[in-house]
Amino acid sequence: MFVKFLDIVIGSLLMGGIYALIAVGFSLQYGVARVLNVAHGEFLMLGAFAAWSLFTLGGINPILSLVLCAPVFFMIGFLIHITLFRRLKISAESLAVFEGNSMLASFGLMFIVQNLALIIWGAPVKGYSYLAYPISFLGAVFSANRIVTLITSIIISVVFYLFLARTRTGKAIRAAAQDPVAAAHMGVSINKMLALCFGFGTMMAGLAGLLVSMTSIMVTPFMGMEYTLIAMIVVVLGGLGNIKGSFIGGFILGLVGTIVSYIQPGLSMVAFYLIFLLLLLVKPAGILAK
Amino acid sequence: MKDKTKKYSLFAGFIVILLLLISLPSYASSYRVIFVTNILMYVILTLSWVIFSGPTGYISLATAAFFGIGVYTSAVLSGTLSLPFVILIGALASFCLAFVVGSLTLRLRGMYFTMFTFALVQLISNFAHWYEVNVTGTVGRLVISLDSTIIYYSILVVFCLVLLASYFIKRSKFGLALQSIGESEEAAAHSGINVTLVKVTTFAISAFFMGAVGAVMTMRWTYVDPPTAFDIRLSFMPLLMAIFGGMGNLFSPIIGSSIFAYLEEILTTKFPYYYMLLFGGAMLLVIVFMPHGIEGVFRKFQKNNKQESAKKT
Repeated sequence: MFVKFLDIVIGSLLMGGIYALIAVGFSLQYGVARVLNVAHGEFLMLGAFAAWSLFTLGGINPILSLVLCAPVFFMIGFLIHITLFRRLKISAESLAVFEGNSMLASFGLMFIVQNLALIIWGAPVKGYSYLAYPISFLGAVFSANRIVTLITSIIISVVFYLFLARTRTGKAIRAAAQDPVAAAHMGVSINKMLALCFGFGTMMAGLAGLLVSMTSIMVTPFMGMEYTLIAMIVVVLGGLGNIKGSFIGGFILGLVGTIVSYIQPGLSMVAFYLIFLLLLLVKPAGILAK
Repeated sequence: MKDKTKKYSLFAGFIVILLLLISLPSYASSYRVIFVTNILMYVILTLSWVIFSGPTGYISLATAAFFGIGVYTSAVLSGTLSLPFVILIGALASFCLAFVVGSLTLRLRGMYFTMFTFALVQLISNFAHWYEVNVTGTVGRLVISLDSTIIYYSILVVFCLVLLASYFIKRSKFGLALQSIGESEEAAAHSGINVTLVKVTTFAISAFFMGAVGAVMTMRWTYVDPPTAFDIRLSFMPLLMAIFGGMGNLFSPIIGSSIFAYLEEILTTKFPYYYMLLFGGAMLLVIVFMPHGIEGVFRKFQKNNKQESAKKT
């Protein structure tokens, strides 16, 4: 009984770490750049493929790939915002119109990225094994790579949180999120901040993908959608645009997912949607809302 | 006077097109008939999507869910009842689902509503899959497929019905109420409109036709399973086609969806591997360069012409 309980707690922590990382990136893109980026999961998929390619073709350690890929993903997101979303923002009459259009554009982006990946890597599932030996902790057994993913995702989230809270650029980003007009008057370059946030969001999705691929999960061009939905649910759980809420929400969803898949393995996604539905109906502003 | 002749010529043109469509199986090959059936399916989905989302501005991504409910109902009933009943029951099943879902979620605004409808498709599809695996012990169902001409005529009937429905909704007090909800929900409520009832009913009516199309289109397959019935692309297609055509009047979505569906049919056969890539690219281009669709481009062109002729005089 105790081992079962411990299994669930540890399992949910391990899952929650990844969910939190995905959701923080998603939340950043929506909260500051006002883009509900449905293609978020696709960048996670790209990250997973990047890790796979670097590991099997180049023999590069996935942890080293994290460092190598981070700036690449940041640049991809940054450039997408500059070329696509900035243009949409200029042409939209109101914020609501921009939100609608940018969401639709990100659906287009989703199809493009997914099918490019399909053309490049093909449909068969890929996977590799890294640090896959078992570790036992008070009777609960899990593989070593999952510890690495949990610790790395917590480090990334905390570093980013400190960056937002302590640095000058972080302050400018927070100002841009709170009131873009006032921030612009104070000399914050809004467009640059939005592109920065979008870049950071994409980077987190990519890094989460690298981490996910380590846990010997099947890597396919169609794996992204599931994570996009998870990110959406977590973000609603924590409140749209609330970064701390997204972080906590990730762990809550990890817990729920682990418990449900313990009882009835096929139903964890259905349980997520039900939580999503209930939240939207009862507390659409998120669990941390006052 | 000029407006009236324009109206009559439009009406006459429409009758001619309808007659051409009715007599299609007598002069075209069965390949052409199936081709037109597919285009009509998209036109119906787009029109029924526009009934609700056009005037109110709520972006619904639940089309695939309602279509899929129609597909599944018809797959379960296939062979037991006559075709009109199967279609009607499929449509009613979607209507009921939309009514329940609508009354739960239409209080949500903007993004929240869109996210919810998007998740709904996945929820139903996942649940259907789980149910089949764990309860009935099968994956998918066999369907008794029907002759393509029968499917074609059924689709044509649904097309006429959805056209009539959109026309009358647009002209009625109900349509005005919808429009005012789109402009400002608070103002509409203050002027005595039962906002929730109007929204939920319209949502359900639009789902009715989506379910009907689903029920008809099932007959062209021999086998359905959750991923084919609840194909998420069917949620995006109508929306994209409506944006591509414009939603200002009844003709723009029809024109937009016909052109788009035609291109889609050509592209899927010519470039099966790059088709989805092209689809994504088209989606981006339409949203960036034509946010008001063909209609918007046309209107801009007209406006420019008027301005130029005004300058000359």
